[in-house]
Amino acid sequence: MKLLWKLAATVTAALVLAGCSSTPENTSPVEDRTAATGAATGGNPGASTSGVSTGATTAGTAIQGNNAGSAAAGAGATDPALRDPRSPLSRREIFYDFDSFVVKDEYKPLLEAHAAYLKRNRSARLTVEGNTDDRGSREYNLALGQKRAESVKRVLALLGVSEAQVETVSFGEEKPRNPAASEPAWSENRRCDLRYAGE
Amino acid sequence: MTVSLRWSWLKRFACTSAVLAWLPSAQAQLTIDIVGVGAQQIPVAVASFAGPDSNALPVSQVIEADLARSGLLKTVNGNGLPRSGELSAVPFADLKARGADAAVFGSVQPATNGQFQVSFRLVDVARATQLTGFVFTVNARDLRATAHRIADLVYEQLIGEKGVFSTRLAYVAKSPGRFQLIVADSDGQNAIAIFNSTEPIISPAWSPDGSRIAYVSFEGRKPSVYVQSVTTGERALLVRASGNQSAPAWSPDGSRIVFASSHAGGTQLFIAGAVPGALGAGLRRLTQSGAIDTAPNWATDGRIYFMSDRGGSPQIYRVSPDGGGAERVSFEGSYNANPRVAADGKSMVFVRREGSREMLAVQDFASRQVQVLTQGPVDESPSFAPNGKLVAYASIYNGRGVLATVSADGRVKQRLGASNADIREPAWGPYPR
Repeated sequence: MKLLWKLAATVTAALVLAGCSSTPENTSPVEDRTAATGAATGGNPGASTSGVSTGATTAGTAIQGNNAGSAAAGAGATDPALRDPRSPLSRREIFYDFDSFVVKDEYKPLLEAHAAYLKRNRSARLTVEGNTDDRGSREYNLALGQKRAESVKRVLALLGVSEAQVETVSFGEEKPRNPAASEPAWSENRRCDLRYAGE
Repeated sequence: MTVSLRWSWLKRFACTSAVLAWLPSAQAQLTIDIVGVGAQQIPVAVASFAGPDSNALPVSQVIEADLARSGLLKTVNGNGLPRSGELSAVPFADLKARGADAAVFGSVQPATNGQFQVSFRLVDVARATQLTGFVFTVNARDLRATAHRIADLVYEQLIGEKGVFSTRLAYVAKSPGRFQLIVADSDGQNAIAIFNSTEPIISPAWSPDGSRIAYVSFEGRKPSVYVQSVTTGERALLVRASGNQSAPAWSPDGSRIVFASSHAGGTQLFIAGAVPGALGAGLRRLTQSGAIDTAPNWATDGRIYFMSDRGGSPQIYRVSPDGGGAERVSFEGSYNANPRVAADGKSMVFVRREGSREMLAVQDFASRQVQVLTQGPVDESPSFAPNGKLVAYASIYNGRGVLATVSADGRVKQRLGASNADIREPAWGPYPR
């Protein structure tokens, strides 16, 4: 396993250096709920009599993750092993250095455990959520969070996990766990979270 | 013609279409602080307008507030000046004594069909002549918009460039557990939430005609680009695709949107159709860098400016919408982000990070000269006013997110803040049509 880890780390580094974006696509794509969006707003400013509109209402406020969840209601949803605090599977966070998307060595046992779990449970689906601190451009940070999530996916793939089991998403700097403007808060926010479908 | 001969009947029209009739929402109404002024300010007096107090007084008050806010004009006390639109009533000696170089008089009178006739004249005190004057026939709900229009005309006459008091701003207000995409008049009034969500909203961008706003919403558990009509509220996804979609920017003719997507791995630029009813048509990939390419801005010269870390650090590049090689545009500094090109295509404003500070800078394309506009510590998301003379941006003041504006020469600054929300992600709308 140690060798495999090294291999994974090396290949990842090589991919990173090469700026290679060879990530195969189409891990069960998250669908969007276009239909719901028509309900967004009332309001017809052109009309004089009914010009007093309610403004927008709550088009997107109910956030059901029904897509990702139901698509893969596999072992992940209920497996108590994932929540056992003694198991490395209960550890779901990978922290990063400033402006970096390199997965540090200390997360080796954690990712090995999740890789083994995903290989044992082929119906399990994992979403890697990338986050950043709030320094720098919001748009750039969204892309950086994506790079972080993809770096984790790549390590898992190199450990033998099927690409189809792992999806990536980025929240950039928009969902900070700690909103303070301090280094401790920032390092807390430079993070990927591993979330199994159904959780 | 019954009106004084010197009254110039240049225009008579009804301001109807360009103005929202929504009631102001109580949330996140902006208040404005002027934190810097121009080197020279022209003193202007604004007399209370003639007519029923409830209709006339707000009009002259809005005009006065607009002119004061510009930083280039200074309002002098107009108390006790005659409330009259007649040139013969203008007390030039009194105005001179008050120190005014120019003055605005006018009236708001009920007309037929519940409409109002709004007239004003701008006078030159030293020469005791009229500089300009207009008459508008408008609906009651458009009185405020008419006042902004008058302020624009006064500003243009005195300063020599188009005013932007009639334009609108979009921004995001964040309060605990709640994100609102808000459209407001340039003075922060008439703030309307056109979209509410418990999930983040970022990167609003006006269509060139001001009828629609594209933005990124996280409501689907991932970032996606939506396009929403400002008038009807109707909204739809730009494209249905896997991965994150973000950072939308409109083509100058409004027919296409360039945006960033992780659809093919990494974050790369894509172009899709933005014609209503055919959103997302003709989707194609624009950049092939393998690096991060994002925060595009489609300049009026047709080229797309964006940020990329393909050279090792985030820098600004430009590329033809037809593809091909990208050309690096920013050279100084190790982190240059979010380029926005001025309407005349001669310069861009962008975010520069130095150490832990983020500030705005302007680069002249011809000379490559860079001028730092703001000092930070956290200034981001710049957006040019349509006249290219002002830049709106997001800043932090007293620990809270506020909007700020700075003149393109860095001299005049304003802060627009709300007491009950973090304000961020400003996008300055186009001239009204």
